[in-house]
Amino acid sequence: MTIHLKYWKQDGPDAQGYFEEKTLDTVNEHMSFLEMLDVLNEELQLEGKDPVEFDYDCREGICGSCNLVINGQAHGPNAKTACCQLHMRTYNDGDHITIEPPRAAAFPVIKDLVVDRSGFDRIIEAGGYVSVKTGSAQEANSTPIEKHSSDMAFDYATCIGCGACVAACPNASASLFTGAKIAHLNKMPQGEVERYDRVVAMVDQMKEEGFGDCSNYGECEAVCPQGISISAIAEMRRDYVKAMFS
Amino acid sequence: MKLDGKIPEGPLEQKWSLHKKNMKLVAPNNRRKYEVIIVGTGLAGGAAAASLAEMGYKVKSFCIQDSARRAHSIAAQGGINAAKNYPNDGDSVWRLFYDTIKGGDYRSREANVYRLAEVANNIIDQAVAQGVPFAREYSGLLANRSFGGAQVSRTFYARGQTGQQLLLGAYQAMMRQVQEGGVEYFPRHEMLEVVIIDGKARGIITRDLVSGEIVRHEADAVVLATGGYGNVFYLSTNAKNSNVTAAWRAHKKGALFANPCYVQVHPTCIPVSGDYQSKLTLMSESLRNDGRVWVPRKKGDDRHPNDIPDEERYYYLEERYPSFGNLVPRDVASRNAKLVCDEGLGVGETGLAVYLDFRDAIKRDGLDTISAKYGNLFDMYHNIAGENPYKQPMKIYPAVHYTMGGLWVDYNLMTNVPGLFATGEANFSDHGANRLGASALMQGLSDGYFVLPATIGNYLADEEIGKRYGTDHAEFEKAAGEAQAQIDKLLSIKGKRTIVDFHRTLGKIVWDNIGIARNAEDLKKAIKEIQELREEFWTNVYVPGEKNNYNKYLEFAGRVADFFELAELMAKDALDREESCGCHLREEYQSEEGEAIRNDEDFSYVAAWEYQGVNGELKEQLHKENLEFEFVELKQRSYK
Repeated sequence: MTIHLKYWKQDGPDAQGYFEEKTLDTVNEHMSFLEMLDVLNEELQLEGKDPVEFDYDCREGICGSCNLVINGQAHGPNAKTACCQLHMRTYNDGDHITIEPPRAAAFPVIKDLVVDRSGFDRIIEAGGYVSVKTGSAQEANSTPIEKHSSDMAFDYATCIGCGACVAACPNASASLFTGAKIAHLNKMPQGEVERYDRVVAMVDQMKEEGFGDCSNYGECEAVCPQGISISAIAEMRRDYVKAMFS
Repeated sequence: MKLDGKIPEGPLEQKWSLHKKNMKLVAPNNRRKYEVIIVGTGLAGGAAAASLAEMGYKVKSFCIQDSARRAHSIAAQGGINAAKNYPNDGDSVWRLFYDTIKGGDYRSREANVYRLAEVANNIIDQAVAQGVPFAREYSGLLANRSFGGAQVSRTFYARGQTGQQLLLGAYQAMMRQVQEGGVEYFPRHEMLEVVIIDGKARGIITRDLVSGEIVRHEADAVVLATGGYGNVFYLSTNAKNSNVTAAWRAHKKGALFANPCYVQVHPTCIPVSGDYQSKLTLMSESLRNDGRVWVPRKKGDDRHPNDIPDEERYYYLEERYPSFGNLVPRDVASRNAKLVCDEGLGVGETGLAVYLDFRDAIKRDGLDTISAKYGNLFDMYHNIAGENPYKQPMKIYPAVHYTMGGLWVDYNLMTNVPGLFATGEANFSDHGANRLGASALMQGLSDGYFVLPATIGNYLADEEIGKRYGTDHAEFEKAAGEAQAQIDKLLSIKGKRTIVDFHRTLGKIVWDNIGIARNAEDLKKAIKEIQELREEFWTNVYVPGEKNNYNKYLEFAGRVADFFELAELMAKDALDREESCGCHLREEYQSEEGEAIRNDEDFSYVAAWEYQGVNGELKEQLHKENLEFEFVELKQRSYK
């Protein structure tokens, strides 16, 4: 396959960014999208040029490192698929593909397609946990949890923290990321104890980081590689209001 | 050098509790005066950072990813073992211990393995308390499934994402400590050197992966929780950034590296499709609970698998190992896949694949049940391979997955360098020559939550409170200089071949010669090829970009340089071990049926290597720690 690429280059957070273009003639339909970028970088290096930087690690859709915006869509065209799991068979010979970093004030560019997502860490730091110490937890089966609740908790807990929700949101809101952790812990009795303190701390931190608020566009759910439901945001907002009155 | 494993006295069942009783403690008000560096934030590192900070120690936590949550533990799919015996099928701590030591082909320490089995139950309690959403039954109680190498159901799981859920539990516990000020957190930092002063580990040198700055950090102890070295094969199921650099640089400063040739090749991975391939994807071993492994009986049978009738299918694991069937341990399953492919029965374009078929399970349990158990794995397979596993069998082949070898540690998880500890996959301690499924998560969390927090205090209690040499001490100066010099050297070569090209070529040498099956001739050839390629690397590699900026290829260059040395040590170790055990199959030492033949008389030891320099060839001296078996009888492993 021949693929025409246009990709974002930027030297650092304060540098002016620009697009570069290159056509690849050796793309194979079984390649993953990131393997296609590996090929691009090999060619660039053999030409004595600097490769394009992008974040990746596990390449099996679970670590959340990769977060490319491909032809305007976070993680590209396939539903519930991180861009490392996107394969070139999705594209046709001769296609043009534009690759950008997720664009959000709270995700400053480090270099090219690599952005700083440390705001997500600080949101978890603010309260995304159960405050239990290691060492003397009670017997695991002493607290039965209804299977349905536990399964729902799991669905929210599958968030990989990639930031596609932020990239897709016109407000660059981190509401789906934050709501998913809140909804996960709310569904378990272990998380119930700190429920209201948690929601206030995490939502306030999200604002502090410069993420926008939610206007119910629903773009986040559409691009989420784990298919996390936007109902997480409803739960977060409901609890936040309740917390204001308690 | 006399290697002392420091195994406590007493009956097996009481060693750990007696040891805990006898170890020294650091008083709560003094703990904040001790600083501990923890490199790596996977299950072992993240859990240790959280636990030590909760106890009151000052922790500095480092990881190479942009967030601690991305450590490769996150990718573990299948589950975590514990002998809770909830299913009432005869499980016990002793049985988990026995299965693990037998699974490791009697090449691990009894005391370590027993302790692992003993604390496993606490891990489940701890994870549940953190809100980890394990699979549950309609009663609301925890569910279990079976895994290879065991005849009981003792594996706890969270769909096919158990590693993710356990890691997020540890990550969240650690972030809570960041918030409380107990953990100082350094993402996007790579450890390049360990600093040893007066014979003790006193700090590390890191590179800030964003600014390129070389940074010095001082502490009272250093913990390496930096994972395994499977990426020496280039193609493995490891994440792309997983590497041996922290462990190898420690090795070059005196820490012994144990059993480097013990590499686990996981039987169920998606086969290689082309030269551009950057990594291999694992399909959880749990699939072997319901999937049946087979190849066509006839060579070159190119019919669609669904058109091949049962009597023409060779369910080779079920036929050869009737009592364990498809649930034989990983080494046995991998070796048999290779054997049938070597016989020419392999399937797919390359002939290097076997079928894993769910037809019968779907017929028996229904599509919904199978989908609930394995839905995300089936989707992942469909995505990558472009074929629907609900409708036709998966094609699978073995791939490098886990490394049992690692830094030598004693019972306290301390290396032979005082103050330098190694935990999780980075050490060698618990899995012998083969790790059973669902035991990696168990070991990482056991080390991080329970073992290290107890043993590190015993070390620190003897260390002078608040002793600081200052980061301008000559040893810091020297180590920082070495780290910088290597970076400058790599950037200055400006050769003709890319780093990926070198790494891929190295990986092929290692896979072909130090892979599923080894022999003396190939190993000797590999050593020579590795040396030649390494020479070329240092004169002809092209490293792009600059040192004072984000530069992923520069990071890789340093890691590949270390893989070159490690690869040679793996070959030496494999050559030296003239027996077959677990994952180490020497073709000269196998039965007619291809089963491993151990030589307990001569090789019942841990091979711990001491680095003595590289000059064209790698010089290493072998030290042996004899394995004593007081409580189990050494037997030829049989899963028939």
